[in-house]
Amino acid sequence: MADARTPPFDVDALLDDPATRIVVCCGSGGVGKTTTAAALGLRAAERGRHTVVITVDPARRLAQSLGLTELDNTPRPVPLEATAKGSLHAMMLDMKRTFDEIVEAHADPERAAQILANPFYQSLSSSFSGTQEYMAMEKLGQLRRRDEWDLIIVDTPPSRSALDFLDAPKRLGRFLDGRLIKFLGAPAKTGGRAFRLLGAGLGMVTGVIGKVLGAQLLKDVQTFVTAFDAVFGGFQERADQTYRLLQAPGTAFIVVAIPESDALREASYFVERLAAERMPLAGMVLNRTHRSSVPLLSAEQSEAAAQSLERSGDNPLAAAALRLHTERVRLQARESQMRQRFSAAHPAIGLTEVPARPEDIHDLAGLRQIGESLADTAAPGCDQGA
Amino acid sequence: MAEGPTAVTHKIRCVSARDRDWDGVRLHVVTGKGGTGKTTLAASLALALASGGKKVLLVEVEGRQGIAQLFRCPALPYEERRVATAVGGGDVHALAVDAEAALLDYLEMFYGMRRAGQALTRFGVVDFATTIAPGMRDVLLTGKATEAVRRRARTRKDRGARRDTAKAPFVYDAVVLDAPPTGRIAQFLNVNAEVAGLARVGPIRNHADRVMEVIRSPETRVHFVTILEEMPVQECLDGIAQVSEVGLGIGGIMVNMVRDPLLPPGALAAAAEQHVDTEALAQGLKSAGLKDAGQLAGALSGELVEHARRVRMEAEVRERLNEAARPCYELPLITGDLDLPGLHRLAGVLREQGAA
Repeated sequence: MADARTPPFDVDALLDDPATRIVVCCGSGGVGKTTTAAALGLRAAERGRHTVVITVDPARRLAQSLGLTELDNTPRPVPLEATAKGSLHAMMLDMKRTFDEIVEAHADPERAAQILANPFYQSLSSSFSGTQEYMAMEKLGQLRRRDEWDLIIVDTPPSRSALDFLDAPKRLGRFLDGRLIKFLGAPAKTGGRAFRLLGAGLGMVTGVIGKVLGAQLLKDVQTFVTAFDAVFGGFQERADQTYRLLQAPGTAFIVVAIPESDALREASYFVERLAAERMPLAGMVLNRTHRSSVPLLSAEQSEAAAQSLERSGDNPLAAAALRLHTERVRLQARESQMRQRFSAAHPAIGLTEVPARPEDIHDLAGLRQIGESLADTAAPGCDQGA
Repeated sequence: MAEGPTAVTHKIRCVSARDRDWDGVRLHVVTGKGGTGKTTLAASLALALASGGKKVLLVEVEGRQGIAQLFRCPALPYEERRVATAVGGGDVHALAVDAEAALLDYLEMFYGMRRAGQALTRFGVVDFATTIAPGMRDVLLTGKATEAVRRRARTRKDRGARRDTAKAPFVYDAVVLDAPPTGRIAQFLNVNAEVAGLARVGPIRNHADRVMEVIRSPETRVHFVTILEEMPVQECLDGIAQVSEVGLGIGGIMVNMVRDPLLPPGALAAAAEQHVDTEALAQGLKSAGLKDAGQLAGALSGELVEHARRVRMEAEVRERLNEAARPCYELPLITGDLDLPGLHRLAGVLREQGAA
């Protein structure tokens, strides 16, 4: 079977290795990144690591299962069983508060207040796209510098593309440090001179910006830039620093996907991008897969048997069981075909599967089970062929 | 505004030959949690609305080329083109809106400044407006969809006469917007509030106001796609609450990938509690000619238990969906790769249930 080529992803080896300091869970929206991050955190903690999980926008019940009942920007301890060898903290990212804290830490109180009250800043810190990713990276950098935990697990913000986590902070940094904002922020007089110096086309640009954005915004940006520049320095540089942290030894990426073509395509893009950026990919988690406990009874056999029972009408229970089995085997076959296609394109990437569950995760016991599936290298997804 | 939805459906119900829930609605916004089949059902709804000779535009805004993949056609350019013919002769046209192209369109339309594009790109303005500034991108995307809703046919004759097109027929009988996921939908549609922080007055604000007029009108409905699982259902209910809160009309709930239970209720309830009559099961397997019936029965009963638990969970979340008190449409799970016949089948189901 082609399966034999797929190396297993040894999750425990990754979590147990003291050299592993940061694990980043990436993937497109709706694949179960947050749950995976939480399950990894719990498993690492129970196996002896002092772990903190940064989640972004977790589902309510998952947050509850971690003991996080409200949005809180600081790591909170998660009570574990006495047998746990390490510890677990969890936090939910509040991007606005993270941003505010940076401002407060870098500016004197008067100037900080001025910045926090600026309408452009408020919009930037709460609703600019890219701010969430930027602040997730910022928080990661902060926790790493605090050095209170030996393992940080990061869940990345929900976005259509996993690549946003890598690109959005730089994009925002580039914008904040860029020509546009300098120009918008320049007082009218020098601004006028700057345009002439910058060359052709700029008269048009001023016209457009004035027309489209209006004068009020320009004024807000000007006061913001004046107040901000003095205290903060380069945004892009800050983003670059965290970016380098992602390339440093001790950081590992995990790509999460589900066996559907969209999610796997996204995972493929991301894998290629990580390689291009020299960022280490530890492995891939294929979430919500379906497995039959009787793989040897083929779909054809099972369907034929179900049909013969349905004709006689005598054994509805067995007929239903066979119908169900038929569906399941077909689904499993489709899923493994997709998995094999992925593995053929990325043969070096270790893979582990987490079976679909009939119910959601409500508590630590559920998370622990996910952790067990993650670490199960004997699972069908990683086997050497049936 | 709040009574709009009921008023429209009520009025239509009285005059419609067939019981259709959304007659009079011209902009159908379709949202759903990732993985629930939002794009598939948006496309099916477009096909359903087009059937019988109507012209419908299907719009995507997330740059995924999801429509092209569904209809198995080459990547869609920023241009409306026909992608399918509906049952009874209607047409579905599709458009993949690109924020950058929409921005240049907008500048040309209102300021005659298309050529400014290059300078704007160089200066970072395009990047700012299409990827960074809150709401700008959304207002450009929704702006394109609402423009298609308002657009009226222009004949050669009335091209010269301004504003004389008021009585001309609309170009599209309906527009279906494959919108961003549930978590972002209220924000996406409430463009006014979104751009308010950046532009309290001025042209952007005016544009947002025009877009909002269409989105808030009783001719616009937001439909929610979900599957019968806890998290998507929770997100669906949260999304409905958020969209209602900003004063927009809620449409129906499309429950996707529904599977019929394979056992009668009694047997299901027992199986959910791990009571499976393995002897009867083994007996049945044996009479179907299968080997090792006893062992096989043990293994298959595990699959039955899981199925029964899933069905039980589905019943619970279906109950919760009922709390929303919106029309629900149930779409069957289509196994294998979804193709055009599959879309037509889903469109047929939507029509049978009165969604179109």
